[in-house]
Amino acid sequence: MNTLDFTALVALGSFAAGLLGALTGLGGGVVIVPLLTLLFGVDIHYAIGAALVSVIATSSGAAAAYVREGYSNIRVGMFLEVATTIGALAGAALVLYLRVSVLSVIFGVVLLYSAYVSLWEHPSPSADAKPDRIASWLRMDSTYPTPNGLERYYVRGVPLGFALMFVAGVLSGLLGIGSGAVKVLAMDRAMKLPFKVSTTTSNFMIGVTAAAGAGIYLSRGYIDPGLAMPVMLGVLAGSLFGARILAGAKVRVLRLVFSGVIAVLAAEMIYNGLK
Amino acid sequence: MTTQTTESSDQRVDLIMSRLLRTGVLLSALFVFAGGVLFLLRHPTPVTDYHNFQGEPAEFRTVPGIVHDALALRGRGLIQLGLLLLIATPIARVAFSVMAFLYERDWMYVLVTLVVLSLLFYSLLGAHP
Repeated sequence: MNTLDFTALVALGSFAAGLLGALTGLGGGVVIVPLLTLLFGVDIHYAIGAALVSVIATSSGAAAAYVREGYSNIRVGMFLEVATTIGALAGAALVLYLRVSVLSVIFGVVLLYSAYVSLWEHPSPSADAKPDRIASWLRMDSTYPTPNGLERYYVRGVPLGFALMFVAGVLSGLLGIGSGAVKVLAMDRAMKLPFKVSTTTSNFMIGVTAAAGAGIYLSRGYIDPGLAMPVMLGVLAGSLFGARILAGAKVRVLRLVFSGVIAVLAAEMIYNGLK
Repeated sequence: MTTQTTESSDQRVDLIMSRLLRTGVLLSALFVFAGGVLFLLRHPTPVTDYHNFQGEPAEFRTVPGIVHDALALRGRGLIQLGLLLLIATPIARVAFSVMAFLYERDWMYVLVTLVVLSLLFYSLLGAHP
């Protein structure tokens, strides 16, 4: 295959991955790695390099729109970033010691789990609004805009959230993904942040976590310009387009369909790793 | 009253951050696209075997190497420069947060943010064998 055909096909696939990532809320990165490894036969190291770069692009692109709405909690995000960046550095270091087959199986399991989490209903913020000692010491409690004006919320479960974020960081550095599913789990479930706050804060954190892993990927030579170029541009365009059509789409049905697609990809990754 | 001032300064910070992110992503995409066009024009046949991992040559792995190649208008150098800008975008956002917390005299979070920033610099500029 000549370079132009290869680039065009990868760009097209990446556009679809970006679209899928935006519609399921999983981000483009998790779809890119199976796409490149299973369909194009790309080595997983090049694949996670290209995927991680595209994760930064979609996260920063989406965050540009989000931050203006005033939902994200910068203090919560920045505090948890300590855990995710350390985790990402550890994860990226770990890649050196794991065989491709092992990476592939871990990837498949994380992908299955992410598809499962994306189908959860988000819990409504707890009504028993009592301040938590650690969270108030860290000045994390804040307000967010609702139709009824600014509403106050209290953050809790900081130690558990911090630990989960470390895991999210490791997975991000290890697999070249944003780990949005684990981040939302930490903030929704453990720290009881309101849904809008947890998704926007998670999105902000994804970019920073990915940047921590990407620095190491770059110096290790995982980021190939010829491959990352169509992947980054394709995923970015796909996710922007996805965000646009998401506004009027029947999200529930779409999510079910796409989570099915992602589950199949995950099974394939696991099968390939074990083979 | 104090909360009111914090809210409005928060909003201003958010607006600047939003512009920073947008500019970073857009600029990076432009470099990657321009470099991609040059690369495709000059390399009709594949240059990298993606099936077997070799690792990139040193010129595409270090910041000075990438800048050197980009200045020589090499396609892949320009792509890497664009990707470098992309990686720098969230880092710039964290750096900006340090200043925002300094302005609020929130020393605890100045420290937290500086820790994150130094980890990011270590990742990008440190030697990783």
